[in-house]
Amino acid sequence: MSNLFDLLVAGLATGAIYALVAVGFTLLWQTSQTINFAQGEFVMLPAFLMLAAMHVGAPFWLAIILGILLSMILLGLAFKLLLVDPMMRHGVLPLAIATMALAIGIKEAVKQFFSAEASPFPSIVPTGDISILGHAVSLQSIGVLVVAILAVLGLTTLLNRTSLGHQMQAAAQNPTVARIIGVPVERMILLTFLINAFLVALASLLITPIYLAKFSSGEVLGQAAFIAAIVGGFNQVRGAIAGGLLIGVLDNLAAAYVSTQYRAAVPMIFLIAVILFRPQGLLGRAEERTV
Amino acid sequence: MSGFAKPLKIALGLAVIAALIVVPMNFNRYGLFILSQWAVMSIAAMGLNLTLGYAGQVSLAQGAFVGIGAYAAAIMTTHGWPLPAAILVAIVLSFAVGWVLGYPALRVQHHYLAFVTLAFSTLAFLVFRNESWLTGGIYGISNIPRPHIFGLATNRPLPFYYVCLGSLAIVSLAVWWLIRSPWGRAFMALRENPLRAQSLGVDTRRYTLMAFAIGSALGGVAGALYAPLTQYIDPVPFNLSLSLDLLMMVIVGGAGFYFGPFLGAMIAVLLPEWLRFTEGYYLMLYAVAVMLLLIWSPTGILGILDRYLAERRTKAASALRAVAKSRLETVQ
Repeated sequence: MSNLFDLLVAGLATGAIYALVAVGFTLLWQTSQTINFAQGEFVMLPAFLMLAAMHVGAPFWLAIILGILLSMILLGLAFKLLLVDPMMRHGVLPLAIATMALAIGIKEAVKQFFSAEASPFPSIVPTGDISILGHAVSLQSIGVLVVAILAVLGLTTLLNRTSLGHQMQAAAQNPTVARIIGVPVERMILLTFLINAFLVALASLLITPIYLAKFSSGEVLGQAAFIAAIVGGFNQVRGAIAGGLLIGVLDNLAAAYVSTQYRAAVPMIFLIAVILFRPQGLLGRAEERTV
Repeated sequence: MSGFAKPLKIALGLAVIAALIVVPMNFNRYGLFILSQWAVMSIAAMGLNLTLGYAGQVSLAQGAFVGIGAYAAAIMTTHGWPLPAAILVAIVLSFAVGWVLGYPALRVQHHYLAFVTLAFSTLAFLVFRNESWLTGGIYGISNIPRPHIFGLATNRPLPFYYVCLGSLAIVSLAVWWLIRSPWGRAFMALRENPLRAQSLGVDTRRYTLMAFAIGSALGGVAGALYAPLTQYIDPVPFNLSLSLDLLMMVIVGGAGFYFGPFLGAMIAVLLPEWLRFTEGYYLMLYAVAVMLLLIWSPTGILGILDRYLAERRTKAASALRAVAKSRLETVQ
């Protein structure tokens, strides 16, 4: 049973990171119908921005701050102004394709300007194990869980308890009415893009020490975040969190108990089942047909 | 495209076909390979254009069907079967699997459908990689023979290019016929307004499945040509990014336009080659070019042409109206 406990902890830790990425993904979908196929690359890039800052001599804490700020400028502001804004009114598909091209662009740029090799990345949590209930649990897993939970709690508090959060929800649910009652819808949409950029930068900071910084590492992560978002419910923040944790645990259990060859198939089959039998996601609301 | 006079259109078409036959004659091996690849990818993109552009069903699994076709051809031809038989099997197999994959489309639409097909794509890749008794696993299948057509060997690059081009021509004619048939109209009705189509008596259920099955079958054809073209296949080319690439080809060329896939495949296959002189930057430039194009014209390249022609027609029509009006006034 100790094996199962370890798997659960490791699964929850990866799942918490998936949840961060999936939450950002659903935020973009809710406010601007953006399906961001570059979300995985959005997680990959900030680590390289931080590495670059350290390369020019910044200490680690400063590199983190610079990395997050740069991510918010590039992946939040510039992404919205340069790509999403001109394409938003043309429907979901062309924008989704443009983000696929963006994913290729980011990957190639990192490969060209940084390195095609994997680079090590310092951890914000000290390495080592502590003992919980007689099990050795790595500090890294606990650190990841704590940071991710804090981030998610902060976000849900912002969304549900503050006037700003209520305005953002209004802008997402019904932009026309929100505009009439005086919500600055445009600014709220921009805010969700900045929040998404912050979340992916945070996820980058948490996951890169575990999997190393590599230009291609976004592919797997992006897919996991998609699946988490859909399984949990595309239109619900709490759905994305549940989906992320579930996929993380499922992934780890599948690797141990199904087969390493087909571990990637388990979340996929789960995804197909959820879409066919509960398309709105486990915690989602059904989207009404507008015909 | 209806803005041109008909003889001009026919002449243009013949010139392009003649150029595709004559110009590559003194191309080197690599040039012929790229051009053959363009023909093969055009076939796969045409299939996706039927599913997506005409019938409006988003699929992220076309690459998986290219894979199914490629493995069918590779396994059969290395066991001594002729290529045409392998193509037939590839068509039947992709058609059947595509039909089954269409069932989710009866329940869910748009992005949900995209994700079901995405999951299918990943599952197909895992099967290609893991079932090594059949597919050779990560080592793949090598020494795939090229066919003899009417007793002529097509081992050399040029004859095989003509095999690809000829297949493209046959598929193009079949698709041309299909979209002008009642089926093609039913597909478009499905895309424009499924509810209305149903109320007018179109069996939307059957046509949705059909759109998937036929589109997938063309993916299978492309795969069955891809295997003898590269003469070696492994699972890597058939992963999710091929599906995404094909989707990009259709959208960039112009979804729902007959000539869209040809142009889209040209951009996706040839543009990176033309940009090779920029060395490490070529894929980056390609990505930027695709984004700029989509910002400029979300309906793809043919969308630009379509808009231009529509504008010209409107201008011509209003000029005619002005003339008619002034004539009317002078009579009075």
